[in-house]
Amino acid sequence: MSILVGAGTKLVVQGITGREGAFHATRNREYGTDVVAGVTPGKGGQAVDGIPVFNTVADAVDATGANAAMVFVPPHFATDALYEALDSGVDLVVCITEGIPAHDMLRVYTHAARGDQRLVGPNCPGVITPGVATVGIMPTQVFTPGRVGVVSRSGTLTYQISKELAQVGIGQSTVVGIGGDTVVGSSFIDILGLFEDDPDTDVAVMVGEIGGAEEEKAAEYIAESMSTPVVAYIAGFQAPPGKQMGHAGAIITGSSGTAQAKKDALETKGVRVGTNPTEVAELAREALGG
Amino acid sequence: MDLFEYQGKQLFAQHGIPVPDGEPATTPEGARGAAERVGDRVVVKAQVQVGGRGKAGGIKLAESPSEAQARAEEILGMDIRGHLVRRVWVERASEIEREYYASVTFDRGAKRPLVMLSSRGGVDIEEVAANDPDALARLHVDPLTGFQPHQARWLAFHAGIHTEAMKGVVRVLGQLYDAFIELDAMLMEINPLILTTAGEVIALDAKVTVDNNAFYRHPRFAELREATTEDPQERMAEERGVTYVKLDGDVGILGNGAGLVMSTLDVVALAGGRPANFLDAGGGSKADDVVTALEVLLSDDKVKSLLVNIFGGITRCDEVAEGLLTALEELDTTLPIVVRLDGTNDEEGRRILAERAPPNVVVEATMLSAAERAVQLAKEAT
Repeated sequence: MSILVGAGTKLVVQGITGREGAFHATRNREYGTDVVAGVTPGKGGQAVDGIPVFNTVADAVDATGANAAMVFVPPHFATDALYEALDSGVDLVVCITEGIPAHDMLRVYTHAARGDQRLVGPNCPGVITPGVATVGIMPTQVFTPGRVGVVSRSGTLTYQISKELAQVGIGQSTVVGIGGDTVVGSSFIDILGLFEDDPDTDVAVMVGEIGGAEEEKAAEYIAESMSTPVVAYIAGFQAPPGKQMGHAGAIITGSSGTAQAKKDALETKGVRVGTNPTEVAELAREALGG
Repeated sequence: MDLFEYQGKQLFAQHGIPVPDGEPATTPEGARGAAERVGDRVVVKAQVQVGGRGKAGGIKLAESPSEAQARAEEILGMDIRGHLVRRVWVERASEIEREYYASVTFDRGAKRPLVMLSSRGGVDIEEVAANDPDALARLHVDPLTGFQPHQARWLAFHAGIHTEAMKGVVRVLGQLYDAFIELDAMLMEINPLILTTAGEVIALDAKVTVDNNAFYRHPRFAELREATTEDPQERMAEERGVTYVKLDGDVGILGNGAGLVMSTLDVVALAGGRPANFLDAGGGSKADDVVTALEVLLSDDKVKSLLVNIFGGITRCDEVAEGLLTALEELDTTLPIVVRLDGTNDEEGRRILAERAPPNVVVEATMLSAAERAVQLAKEAT
């Protein structure tokens, strides 16, 4: 089982003829993902390493039955690519692109929220179900199959925590990078809800950071709606207010969005928060009863 | 990016929002000239991005150009809560009848723009929200349909805006929302929005934050940024396309990926050290990026040791190691440098460092041990 990405995923890659798009499309396929098509307007009829290229996502879906799209299009054109992916009817859209203006994403988010498709990202590393399939740019060697679900706003920190999990012998059911931007398609709550319903996930690890209030909302959700144990990590205790710490979404505004506030909110609801990535792996191991 | 009041007011004026005539000045003489041009009676306002300017003596009335010069002399160079005043804004003094509050914010929690209006302006709006919530009218806007005039009227009636100001306030709200969208703003706040004795509605202050991701479609933002970045290292980093935030510790930090770098700062602090900065060399760091990053780090002379924490995904650890060696050759530093490489090609990266790195480079196996080592080396160096 696992969530979002699996053996039934048929992927179309938007921006497949670009350097990054081509590199990661073929890497995803090598890992086991069924990459059925690519899209670059004007390059329909070509192929990238045997993957057929179409002019539009709709054409690709018609011809191949693709049910998931991955967006590698530069920020200036990414909004259009996202609308195109959503309008083609695929179930899942994963947007890797970094640097999309927040106002653009707000409109895309609002459009996507009116349907029942799932959008992950932007500015995210993607989704991997270890041993089965990956959609995105995650270094696959870090992950092993297992029963812990990971959801994170950060890419490299996800790798770090997955490595720490591996050190204590824990693999993952699915790892989801939801992205570090101000507006992202899927929230912590959305993904935690999927883990809750996933019979292959026994424990969830939530990796948050400063900015916004999604971790606080997740704390409420975990307490009210989840039976699957959740452990957490929050990055950014040393971040000063008003400064953007790399991610567009990682900024403490006024008195809200601090790491301490998030940690407190989670602990109040009984969610254990590790002080560093190593400790998070320990907490996950304890939660598994190991 | 947060803009200064004068920059915000200039943008307001371009979007039709009435503001008092004014000019920025960086010298007392410049302030005098500005006062001569905008009107005899002026207000001289310190341009710093911190609240409480008035109480700190950073806003002063001047009855004549020579008085404006004298007031600017006092204000320029002032330290207002840690912010050095490098510039003043000289504007025509307004006759205030009433003070309101108006704003449009990017409400990331609700994932909608939020428009707020209050008949109680000129005071801390968070206090109004806490103590007198009925005095603050709030309305979320559907980003796909936009802000409609009836919504502006609803806000004005519910905020208790006075009849004589109604038309002007409704118009300004519409203009403020349009500017918010056109400028890719995350925040646009007017506090106070005033009704003058002559019956005009004018923005007496301007607080504007714009989205860094939208810079590519606003060429003039580059100019605005020039004036807002004051720290020399932050400016250098910006010019070279590296994400850098200066802090005040002595352990320099270089990592890849915002989350991992934030986590690295925390781990250094937990080990008893004080991070000197946040520096994200990017998700796909190449050798050149490492050279640039190290150059920025070493330009801060408070740094006593460096911690390089890389988890290779797209980034290849062997390339990072090569970049480090190149940087060390070019920059000729003897500072202790603790390196932790993990992920893609990590063994190769460590081998390169073991064979060719100078003796001030120390390789550690884990993030925690690397942080502890860097903290210890910084302490030994002081």
